[in-house]
Amino acid sequence: MSQPEVNKPVVAPRFRFDVLSYGPLLGLILLGILGAALNPDFATWGNISNVLTRTSLVGIIAIGATFVIISGGIDLSVGSLLALQSGVMILTLNFLVTTFGASVPTLLIGLAATVVLGFVVGLLHGLLITKGRIEAFIVTLGTAAIFRAVLTELAQGGTLTFQDSKLADLYSPVYYAAPLGIPVPILVFLGVALIAGLILNRTAFGRYVQAIGSNEQVARYATIRVDMVKTWVYVFQALCVTIATILYVPRLGSASNSTGLGFELEAIAAVIIGGTSLKGGNGKIFGTVIGAILLTTIGNVLNITSLISEYLNPAVQGVVIIIVAFLQRNRK
Amino acid sequence: MKKALLTVGLLMASAAFAQNKNAVIGVSIPAADHGWTGGVVYWANRTKTELEKQYPGIKIIVKTAKDANDQANQLQDLLTVNKIDTLVVLPYESGPLTRPIKNLHDKGVFVTVVDRGLTDESAQDAYVAGDNPGMGKVSAEYLGKQLGGKGNIVVLRGIPTVIDNQRVDAFEAVLKSKYPNIKILDKKFANWNRDDGFKVMQDFLTRFPKIDAVWAQDDDIAVGVLKAMDQAKRTDIKFVLGGAGMKEFIKKVMDGDKLITADVTYAPSMIADAMKLTVKSVVTGSKMPKTTIIPSVLVTKQNAKNYYYPDSPF
Repeated sequence: MSQPEVNKPVVAPRFRFDVLSYGPLLGLILLGILGAALNPDFATWGNISNVLTRTSLVGIIAIGATFVIISGGIDLSVGSLLALQSGVMILTLNFLVTTFGASVPTLLIGLAATVVLGFVVGLLHGLLITKGRIEAFIVTLGTAAIFRAVLTELAQGGTLTFQDSKLADLYSPVYYAAPLGIPVPILVFLGVALIAGLILNRTAFGRYVQAIGSNEQVARYATIRVDMVKTWVYVFQALCVTIATILYVPRLGSASNSTGLGFELEAIAAVIIGGTSLKGGNGKIFGTVIGAILLTTIGNVLNITSLISEYLNPAVQGVVIIIVAFLQRNRK
Repeated sequence: MKKALLTVGLLMASAAFAQNKNAVIGVSIPAADHGWTGGVVYWANRTKTELEKQYPGIKIIVKTAKDANDQANQLQDLLTVNKIDTLVVLPYESGPLTRPIKNLHDKGVFVTVVDRGLTDESAQDAYVAGDNPGMGKVSAEYLGKQLGGKGNIVVLRGIPTVIDNQRVDAFEAVLKSKYPNIKILDKKFANWNRDDGFKVMQDFLTRFPKIDAVWAQDDDIAVGVLKAMDQAKRTDIKFVLGGAGMKEFIKKVMDGDKLITADVTYAPSMIADAMKLTVKSVVTGSKMPKTTIIPSVLVTKQNAKNYYYPDSPF
């Protein structure tokens, strides 16, 4: 009786589960067909590249969030961090341009400042969560409020904008350029996704993150340096936000209180739709990418048609999130 | 005996109060959380300094609230801690603040409500507001005239609220009666912010091969609209009409920008007007009009310099 029942046959209908794990992709394809049927302009490269470019900001953040959620944590501050970093970058550039002029070095110093800020924030989050032993939910809820408040203060409730149009022109290709017809943000999004996929699936660090997420105690016994790995997860998340910021700022050249509002929820939704469990343990970068694209596409399809009352747009998004999550429910 | 003396003292104090026109005025407004409210805070503080200088007897306390609940708490503090006798309030939201404001009013505080009306008008002594239907009307008239009464336009709306409905309804009513040949291709919410303005306009540009003009209704939305047009390299659009009077846009109008040919005010300085009217009424004892509507004005190259405030954050 004390023996575990090892003989119990495990029937794993793997094939069926795999079909289900393509739920989000399936959803995206269906949505694409619907969109194309409703409006012929939907399937044009112009529109698709708009949608993908738009996705890239939240998508890159969601890739970082995939790691955080796999590790069993959460980061609610990403939208506010993007807003603060955008604001700080614009202020820094406005300050630098008066001495160094509208030049590449000015731009690089400004970007470097943003990267440093992102790194410090990530480290701070990681240390508060691991060494400070505060719930990730609480830490990032707190910092989210702080970041947004500081930005509003810096902007005096208004909008921070590039003072120098030459510098804005110099920077704008980072968002608007399209080598071989593919906008830069899409390329960056793709690059970040590939690197993140490699880290998650092909490195010791990736395995540690998954191990910690499925059982932190066991991971500790397996001599994984849990605190260190978790800290780096938050640093990685903050750096993803930094990359998104660098792409965001040249778009409108401004930052205000409404910048990045709700990004954290969109990123988390993308991760969950992509098949990563909110409980942690395992997840897929590819799934997150599809999840993020799916969310943006819903908005786009509704915008280029006049199907339903415009008041109900967000409701459609909610319905799709629930349907896709329903398709995913059997995944472990 | 002591009590009687105290009463006499109090009576004398209140008599002195009436003569010297001492007054404590509370100004309760939403915190600067976007461009327009940023402007409201700027104007409130600027007017406080101005009025306190002009009338040495008065004291003005400006409080900013981060949400409706916060504002209700502050109203209570203004009454019990600061002992205000006059209140100028721009409610965060109409519904939840009607009761708290009525509370102060019932205790004898003179109440001027600004911009966002209460659900129970008996809670206020005076009402000062921007003209939302007027803004829609002035915009439609300018648009109709500029287009020569003919063409296709798209409309970017704000956040789904009464204010937005009033603007859009008035706008459509004018087009329908005066310019029936102007067709609204579609209208979508852009939530009074730049990012959504950019997105919604991108989708409009995908969908409609020929657009003659854009009514963005708000200057923040218009910033995003202009960027989306720039990116798509669309030249069919003759002009973009924003609104509210953001200083950058007033500057564009002043400088004769090709696409931004005009703007329609919905000025955050209405808080200043409300404060001035209220203080004047308190100090001089003159009666304040029950309702004051600050008209929305069309800003063109000719008059733009009168509406340009480089110091304001908005």
